[in-house]
Amino acid sequence: MNSKRSTEIMVGLFVAAGMAALFVLAMKVSNLGDITDEKGYEVVANFQNIGGLKPRSPVTMAGVRVGRVTSISLDPDTYDAKVTINIYPQYDNIPIDTSASVFTAGLLGEQYISLSPGADDFFLEDGDVIDLTQPAVVLEQVIGQFLYSTAEGE
Amino acid sequence: MAPLIKIRDLYFNRGDKVIFSGVDIDIYQGKVTAIMGPSGTGKTTLLKLIGGQLKPDRGTVEVDGQNVHKLSHSKLYELRKRMGMLFQSGALLTDLNVFENVAFPLREHSRLPESMIRDLVLMKLQAVGLRNARDMMPAELSGGMARRVALARAVTLDPMMIMYDEPFTGQDPISMGTLVNLIRRINDAMGLTSIIVSHDVAETTKIADEIYLLSGGKVIEKGDPDTLKTSGSEWVKQFLQGLPDGPVPFHYPGNDFKNDLLNSKETQ
Amino acid sequence: MIELLRSLGRWGQNTFQRLGRGHLFLVQMLAGIPSSVFRFSLVIQQLFYVGVLSILIILISGLFVGMVLGLQGYNTLVDFGAEESLGVLVSLSLVRELGPVVSALLFAGRAGSALTAEIGLMKSTEQLSGMEMMAVDPMRRIIAPRFLAGLISMPLLAAIFSAVGIFGAFLVGHGLLGVDDGAFWSQMQAKTDWYEDILNGVIKSIVFGFVVTWIALFEGYDASPTSEGVGRATTRTVVHSAFAILGLDFVLTALMFGDV
Repeated sequence: MNSKRSTEIMVGLFVAAGMAALFVLAMKVSNLGDITDEKGYEVVANFQNIGGLKPRSPVTMAGVRVGRVTSISLDPDTYDAKVTINIYPQYDNIPIDTSASVFTAGLLGEQYISLSPGADDFFLEDGDVIDLTQPAVVLEQVIGQFLYSTAEGE
Repeated sequence: MAPLIKIRDLYFNRGDKVIFSGVDIDIYQGKVTAIMGPSGTGKTTLLKLIGGQLKPDRGTVEVDGQNVHKLSHSKLYELRKRMGMLFQSGALLTDLNVFENVAFPLREHSRLPESMIRDLVLMKLQAVGLRNARDMMPAELSGGMARRVALARAVTLDPMMIMYDEPFTGQDPISMGTLVNLIRRINDAMGLTSIIVSHDVAETTKIADEIYLLSGGKVIEKGDPDTLKTSGSEWVKQFLQGLPDGPVPFHYPGNDFKNDLLNSKETQ
Repeated sequence: MIELLRSLGRWGQNTFQRLGRGHLFLVQMLAGIPSSVFRFSLVIQQLFYVGVLSILIILISGLFVGMVLGLQGYNTLVDFGAEESLGVLVSLSLVRELGPVVSALLFAGRAGSALTAEIGLMKSTEQLSGMEMMAVDPMRRIIAPRFLAGLISMPLLAAIFSAVGIFGAFLVGHGLLGVDDGAFWSQMQAKTDWYEDILNGVIKSIVFGFVVTWIALFEGYDASPTSEGVGRATTRTVVHSAFAILGLDFVLTALMFGDV
């Protein structure tokens, strides 16, 4: 029964290798590693236009990732986009008058939220709303405006 | 005495070809019954019908009082444990050695301890004279040896009956003699009922208690070997003596030879 | 003309009969699965033949497919100054498409054809029939363990293929072409989603494993019991598997990624 034993060992190795490959795909290749984000506190920001922002888009401050977008919905009264953001617990000293903007990484890259800190002595807490927001720049609008102003100038 | 296997009014077609049209056969406990007939009369099909691997178009097959084709899947498998079958090729499992092949039914159907399985298997292998070949693989066996191993395997579960599919075909005289001997001996020693399907007249008449002759989907004649030898039927005489011409013509039926030669239109 | 219609009719009849037999076979096979779960040693043995023996071809093909992707992707992306996106390109194409599809095609060629030949040979040497007469259901003893083994092996093989492919692309991209390794991995991680991309790829490969093993086992079981018949069945396994994989891939992709 020695051959049976070695068969079983080989099969065990095979299954382990397959599992390991899946694990590598999960942790190294995909963003699953980030799903294990520690749950921090949630704040809400209302934007006029969020462009291509999606749930799970990064939220940064001075280029450092401080959180993620958890959900996006439309506010039925103001017709603004209501973006819920999860901010990691270690960043618990973000001033309450911080402003949020939707930026694009590079010319055609992914969109993300950038926070620029205010100067207030009170800090954002769970459930707070960021009042100062700047909508996403929509490329078509910019081009339109540019063409319009050039035409006017002539 | 009621027959162990009772076949009544059996009809079976394969595609457009009629294999059986109204066959009645009785097979009695403890006897060696031979089913004979020319190639292509569906002798192997008959065994598959008895084993429940095929379903007849009409008629019944009763084994030990149970209608084989009315049984549920599990009941049929229970019944098959009491039926042994020896296939023409032996049908040994090619990835197992001789010992494991014979042990296979025991391992599948019983939870016997390893030592008992070993004893039983060696006993069966001893009976067919191949105890010392137990480590060989099926590919290393000669045709006759493979059939003996298959015979040992067929009797490991101590069945009530064994069906032999063409056991003598393609055997050299020595292994033929061995097999003929074995079939009779095992039948009598274990109190089995044997069914032999064959077209080898000499060997079969040597050991059969009762012979059924099949042709054209019907039973042509039945009886013990001596009765058949003195049968008045021309067909039986032709078959048993192996005459080239008779009721079964040498020429395949069709156009007359002379007509064919004169009629040259076809070739144009 | 009538003859043509007639042969078309006969072809249709045969095809539908085979389809019917194939589905009947599937039902019987699935019914045999519970009992083979209880005798898992049979499945392990088949995992060896079906899975372990396919690893080498999967490793080598995965590595080379990944390396080629790295090279081709770099050459295209560098024109747009976007060579940092090489990681994304490679990971998405491997995880979503090439991993499941190519490994399934290789699996059909390596393991599928072997299964068909094995079962076909067992049928032609009356081993299946013999088992039935020994009151052992070949569906449970032979077919179901092989089916389970195929179903388990396929996603594992596809995962290995993708992982090795990404590694191959990294070797070429970073080692040979000098793409920044930090950008390679971080862009890949930013754009590859666990649920959207990887899990969907795994689901694809499970579906492919199901279909390929089913086709392979059925072709073997349904083969005419001659050496010619088994040979033809083996060819059919590879051809039909390829059709099924590519066709299903389109359907699955449309369901998973397309907003159809």
